[in-house]
Amino acid sequence: MLSWTDQSLKVIPYKLIEGMIVAAYAIGANFGYIYCRAEYPLAISRLTHCIHECEKYGLLGDNILNSKFNFRLKIKKGAGAFVCGEETALIASIEGKRGMPKPRPPFPAVSGLWGKPTVINNVETLSNITSIISKGAEWFASVGTEKSKGTKVFALSGKIVNTGLVEIPMGITLEEVVFNIGGGIPFNKKFKAVQIGGPSGGCLPMSVIKTQVDYESLKDVGAMMGSGGFVVMDEDTCMVDIARFFLNFIQSESCGKCVPCREGTKRMLEIIERVPVAYKEGIDKYDQLQRFKGIIGLKRLADVIRDTSLCGLGQSAPNPVLSGLQYFKDEYEEHLFDRRCRSGVCKELLTFTIDTTLCSGCGLCKRKCGTEAIIGQKGEAHYVLQDKCIKCGMCLETCRFCAINVN
Amino acid sequence: MVELTINNLKVKAEEGMTILEAAKSVGISVPTLCYMKNLFPTGACRMCVVEVTGQRNLLPSCAFPVTEGMVVETNSPRVRRARKTIVELLVENHPQDCLICVRNKNCELQDLAERYAVREHRFAGEKRKHVVDISSPAMERDPAKCILCGRCVRVCNEIQKIGAIDFSGRGFASIVTTPYNKGLNVSDCILCGQCIIACPTAALRERSSTKIVSTALGNKNKFVVAQIAPAVRATLGEEFRMPAGTDVTGKLVSGLRRLGFKKVFDTNFAADLTIIEEANELVQRVVNNQPLPMFTSCCPGWVKFAEMNYPEIIPNLSSCKSPHEMEGAILKSYFAKKMGLDPRDIFVVSIMPCTVKKFESERPELGHDALHDVDSVLTTRELVRFFNMAGIDFSDLPDEEFDNPLGESTGAAAIFGTSGGVMEAAIRTAYYTITGQNLDNVEIDEIRGMEGVKSATLTMGELEVKVAVVNGIGNVRPLIDEINAGTSPYHFIEVMACPGGCINGGGQPIHQNLDNVMKRVRALYEIDKKSVTRRSHDNEAIKTLYKEFLKEPGSHTAHTLLHTHYHDRSGK
Ligand SMILES: Cc1cc2nc3c(=O)[nH]c(=O)nc-3n(C[C@H](O)[C@H](O)[C@H](O)COP(=O)(O)O)c2cc1C
Ligand code: SF4
Ligand code: SF4
Ligand code: SF4
Ligand code: SF4
Ligand code: SF4
Ligand code: SF4
Ligand code: FES
Repeated sequence: MLSWTDQSLKVIPYKLIEGMIVAAYAIGANFGYIYCRAEYPLAISRLTHCIHECEKYGLLGDNILNSKFNFRLKIKKGAGAFVCGEETALIASIEGKRGMPKPRPPFPAVSGLWGKPTVINNVETLSNITSIISKGAEWFASVGTEKSKGTKVFALSGKIVNTGLVEIPMGITLEEVVFNIGGGIPFNKKFKAVQIGGPSGGCLPMSVIKTQVDYESLKDVGAMMGSGGFVVMDEDTCMVDIARFFLNFIQSESCGKCVPCREGTKRMLEIIERVPVAYKEGIDKYDQLQRFKGIIGLKRLADVIRDTSLCGLGQSAPNPVLSGLQYFKDEYEEHLFDRRCRSGVCKELLTFTIDTTLCSGCGLCKRKCGTEAIIGQKGEAHYVLQDKCIKCGMCLETCRFCAINVN
Repeated sequence: MVELTINNLKVKAEEGMTILEAAKSVGISVPTLCYMKNLFPTGACRMCVVEVTGQRNLLPSCAFPVTEGMVVETNSPRVRRARKTIVELLVENHPQDCLICVRNKNCELQDLAERYAVREHRFAGEKRKHVVDISSPAMERDPAKCILCGRCVRVCNEIQKIGAIDFSGRGFASIVTTPYNKGLNVSDCILCGQCIIACPTAALRERSSTKIVSTALGNKNKFVVAQIAPAVRATLGEEFRMPAGTDVTGKLVSGLRRLGFKKVFDTNFAADLTIIEEANELVQRVVNNQPLPMFTSCCPGWVKFAEMNYPEIIPNLSSCKSPHEMEGAILKSYFAKKMGLDPRDIFVVSIMPCTVKKFESERPELGHDALHDVDSVLTTRELVRFFNMAGIDFSDLPDEEFDNPLGESTGAAAIFGTSGGVMEAAIRTAYYTITGQNLDNVEIDEIRGMEGVKSATLTMGELEVKVAVVNGIGNVRPLIDEINAGTSPYHFIEVMACPGGCINGGGQPIHQNLDNVMKRVRALYEIDKKSVTRRSHDNEAIKTLYKEFLKEPGSHTAHTLLHTHYHDRSGK
């Protein structure tokens, strides 16, 4: 069995099916499932077609090629819960139960689907089988590093010139992937970070760009191979915002079973959400204390979540935050102490002012502002009342004289 | 056998044991929340994590098997920090209104917060908001107090095999709830309350009747009487620090009198009465070729289950009301007349081990002339609150006797409170009804004990009577399937919804200790053993009742007062 990432759309289905037949033959399995999100109809229709073809030619079914070996393949459509990629949750899902992980042991290889021994592999792994068998293990092992052999498919995305699927030999550096294969950052922007390994991968900065792409090296710098996601970020990306985004995703995808992941990621998200807030007269003293305490407690909370969560989702959930705190500490501190977002992403920290030398006094912004934050007489320079401004940006869009400043 | 080290202690453990069990065997206690003895671990709460040398993460001791040479720390700083954080996370997403909470001082979350010295709100933030589900007359669900340990879900699904509640939603929005969040009353729930006694917090609780009873007691025009179910006398003492299985009948009687009840009667009286009527019904069914096997009907949880899921077997349910309903009916007829009371002025309070009885007492067919046979049901736990509020020191109470005539009972009635008891009592009397002689050995061991289904074949004169006892509603479906397939060998089947019977009912004191249930059961059998009369048909007060009022078992009066009918609730 296997689960499916969108990258695998491009994997030739026959390679996968053949790989599964071989794998099944090796372990004596008579039934295989391909677990695929129902949201990928193209993948499903292609696979269905290919399975039918194989059945027609006697490559799937009873007594395959007179070998006395029977093997059937079934596609199981999943409802798109991220956690259903975790192997025990995937099994539960195929069994028609709620996709919730279970403690291991017992491992699926001992007691898996319907309580029977089960092998679960990634599409990429299974698709590699036939090439390895026909060309030999040495051929496969000749590519890659000491411990990470072969190639790896990545889905390049984000602020990078060449997006899409790339297959790279293990062991080349991040730099080569980003700047050679990926063609660098568009619009002459500066590279800021690359996030590897899906929503709970770590964000790696320029300082570790020479890291080799292999399982061990990535882990050493706080990222992981994971699903092969490769998201590049440029200088316009705010690392606090990124942490918030991924925590939000993880939190809403947590299956809710175990306390550290269900409750802990929510608290982490809240702490991160409190980082980019603007100064407020009066109520700020307590608030400021909470923000500091939050960040101080964040590391400890993250450690406990990583240390105690039941499945890989929770165990890796703190990665974006931890790598952010490690590599982009200055950015966090800026948000926290200077209340500044250098990328201009955290809206609440922006200050809108009117350049009195440019303002013509047309009053357009005053009329557009929803909170009556702009005052001024017709024909004279206007002003923004900061305590009323909600940073919606409407005045900026409205002004025809470029008189609105943002910083 | 494997040898491992736990906290520097060499421990020998059996292969396949979990770390938790191994630690327990040498007296090292590890806190747990989601763990349930005898069920497969889910590893949900992470409270039980321990440090194992060589493992990257902390491991859940409830789910992880021991291995040779394993080195375990159950109380390292890393473990303590993790556990404390987990408790803090739970506390922070909790209403924290212990002072006005029904589980105050008997709450596992509260205990853990104290044990791990949670003293500040480190993770203060948003809390889940949920409305309390009060759709059912017997139980409440308060998801805001739920810590999602899943114990109720497992009891309902794996033990009771009802499946009325389950997890829903993801992440912070996760909730344990009924299908489509529609309320217990429209779910498959049979209100057995087994989930309540499994719950570590107040997220599940009975629907309180204390206010109604309190008001009735304060009403000068009401003649408020109490009746005590067989199973309450062997459990209530636990709430006053007496050992499990202490028989507190005498104190209960005097205590209830002090609370202001005009008379204190014994549901055991009506249990004897039920036996007479039920044994007669069984014999009639055999003689008249009516539907067999006959099922007992004294457990309203079972009755509700049958009505909702297997309406086709309704003709097999005994038409006898449950004992406390019979007692109520007799109180508002025979007793009222005897005392010169207007039945409308009598207020009958049943002290029950059971949550479903609250639902049962509201069934419109269980009453007469627009009067319910029973006016209010208090669970064992609710009665304890009455005693506490009245400042009654239960352990100092003197022993007193029940009021008569509805206070006299036999040993047969006493064992109604445990699985197999109703059947055993029925056999003692059925034997007499059929053969005209008394059974020599009244103790029928085959149907005692904790197995899910127990059966026995008894020779009664010419008849071979096959009986079965279903201990816990989760075991009943195969027997019904047999009946529907026409292959059931049985004549008479007892069903109790709660595993162990009423002694482990959903209204009983909450503890998470299976040994206690066994001690409670033993106490009931002890009461039976010590009784002068151990056969329902030897109850003198019952004999007088028939002579003066009911005439004979199954008579017209008996039918109007003591028998009932059922409804198809399947919606089919
Ligand atoms: C939260 C979570 C999500 C996952 N999602 C996927 C997925 O979408 N596709 C996939 O192939 N593996 C996914 N995995 C990993 C699988 O559980 C499994 O370990 C993997 O497919 C094993 O295959 P391999 O050994 O061939 O890599 C996920 C794991 C976790 C913890
Ligand atoms: S870590 Fe998260 S996703 Fe995994 S079992 Fe726990 S709650 Fe579910
Ligand atoms: S940013 Fe929005 S709220 Fe602030 S001054 Fe401009 S229009 Fe008004
Ligand atoms: S459930 Fe427990 S912790 Fe929660 S309010 Fe009640 S007593 Fe307190
Ligand atoms: S009362 Fe019984 S049937 Fe209802 S939810 Fe609880 S365990 Fe399930
Ligand atoms: S209702 Fe109680 S038993 Fe059920 S999951 Fe919530 S806390 Fe646990
Ligand atoms: S077994 Fe007893 S306590 Fe449980 S539901 Fe039935 S009558 Fe109530
Ligand atoms: S008791 Fe072990 S995980 Fe809950």
